[in-house]
Amino acid sequence: MDTLDALVRLAWLVGAAGFVIGLMRMNSPATARNGNLLSAGGMAIAIGGTAVLLAARGEAGLTAWIIIVAGIALGGGLGLYTARTVKMTAMPQLVSLFNAVGGGAAALIAIDDYIRLSNVQTFAPGGAIPLEVAVPTVLDVVIGSITFTGSLIASGKLMGVIPGKPIKVPGGQLVTGALAAIVAVAAIYLWLGNVSVPVLFLIIAASLTFGVTMVLPIGGADMPVVISLLNSFTGTAVAMAGFVIGNDVLIIAGALVGASGAILTKLMADAMNRSVVNIMVGGFGGGEGTVSVGGPEGGTVRSLGIDDAAIQLAYAQNVIIVPGYGLAVAQAQHAVRELADLLEQRGVNVNYAIHPVAGRMPGHMNVLLAEANVPYPQLREMEDINPEFERADVALVVGANDVTNPAARRSGTPVSGMPILDVDHARSIIVIKRSMGRGYAGIDNELYVNPKTGMLFADAKQGLADLVAAVKAL
Amino acid sequence: MSPELLAALTVFVLAILCGFAVISKVPATLHTPLMSGANSIHGIVLVGSMVIAASATDPLSQILSFVAVAFATMNVVGGYVVTDRMLQMFKRKPAAPKAAEAGAGEAPKA
Repeated sequence: MDTLDALVRLAWLVGAAGFVIGLMRMNSPATARNGNLLSAGGMAIAIGGTAVLLAARGEAGLTAWIIIVAGIALGGGLGLYTARTVKMTAMPQLVSLFNAVGGGAAALIAIDDYIRLSNVQTFAPGGAIPLEVAVPTVLDVVIGSITFTGSLIASGKLMGVIPGKPIKVPGGQLVTGALAAIVAVAAIYLWLGNVSVPVLFLIIAASLTFGVTMVLPIGGADMPVVISLLNSFTGTAVAMAGFVIGNDVLIIAGALVGASGAILTKLMADAMNRSVVNIMVGGFGGGEGTVSVGGPEGGTVRSLGIDDAAIQLAYAQNVIIVPGYGLAVAQAQHAVRELADLLEQRGVNVNYAIHPVAGRMPGHMNVLLAEANVPYPQLREMEDINPEFERADVALVVGANDVTNPAARRSGTPVSGMPILDVDHARSIIVIKRSMGRGYAGIDNELYVNPKTGMLFADAKQGLADLVAAVKAL
Repeated sequence: MSPELLAALTVFVLAILCGFAVISKVPATLHTPLMSGANSIHGIVLVGSMVIAASATDPLSQILSFVAVAFATMNVVGGYVVTDRMLQMFKRKPAAPKAAEAGAGEAPKA
């Protein structure tokens, strides 16, 4: 090992240390941003070191440099542009997209390596690809391909390009099982010392399809957990790529993400009172088994006028605002804050009840409201605020649905067991909603037929703006 | 088993244990940024992509490594930038001009 080699390896080590410390610092809100920057710094050092190594060794020709520079320019440009312009509401699907390309890159490394090795084989017949290369190669290709298509589907579901509802194909389980069997048999074939590029491509095709059939039957409400799981998969794929090309920093960073991603997935699932296995096996909503839990179509829904709602809010002492995804899509976070400010000027005590999965991902709603400068202490987590609903004069639900459904307290409904906000305990409830449409779980919300509930049918932003005007006019 | 493989396996297992250990009791608020942060870290695959691109000679290899480099860079750059944007929102006392700057990238209307 020459000096340069040692220096570059040290740069990789510094990078890896940056990742570990960065992740640790991201556990707490106070140090999180700093942690992310530390991790980015580690990444820059590791990549810069690699570039220096390639340049100094002089192995890379002009074409190779053009490939590297053009690839970095293209990928970096796309990444920077999308990351900076994406609306915060659309951020989860973007993260999933970045995860997809990461998994894709990991798979490509192994595919390229395998094709090169198999070319060498044709010149030296009889020599097999050693098991210590073949095993990580196949694992990398399988996991990377699954994560590539799986993340794209998850992203598509969140974007609404693909319906968020669980898509169940008759015999879908069989197809998934068959694909898994194909991959297993083909993998063993390659591990037994056979060298075959077509078989590798069979594995790729089956794995890509498996990624699709794995995520399609899962409902949109469970997507955060799925994305986190796929994130962990990508980490594992990258670690395998590290084994394939013998690179320690890939192994370290990949294994780190694989393991921490797995823990994080469990934390997320716990926050939704779901088990990871349940999510992966059966989709939210359970397909045909979905029970109708008492129809709001029954005519017991009470519609409320803007002025009535404004009076209720303005003369309340305690108001709890329950923001949901509807608020996020309508970009109404500023409007809700304006209303809250106005109410506070009138001496109303305003708090926000944040469900762990409000928005599209855990913590998403906090980000959106912080963006609108809602004071941090007013954002209350579920366990903390739930006992206070009893003392609330008005609970104002803006664009939240499933997380307020009292049906979750009973067994036998698709949302059963999901922790919910005790909105129905408030003295009166105002729900701003565009229509009686159903939420992600695909079931009716019993809250809407509660006698205490008044429905204000409006777009979240428009409804809030009207409320602001009406409160001002009082 | 070669000494290289043994060394790599050692590193792999220790890194897994390290990954389990670094995630403690994270408030739900930070789940998404933390996932996004971990997501950027596996962008390290760019290092591997650059290495294979450097030795790519035949056209197929060159295409594969080009796509790998582009994909990986998108993962790295996009991942860190979007994570930072999320975390910017968590400032306890947002100074007015900074907050305006943070919101500048947003489309103001739905």
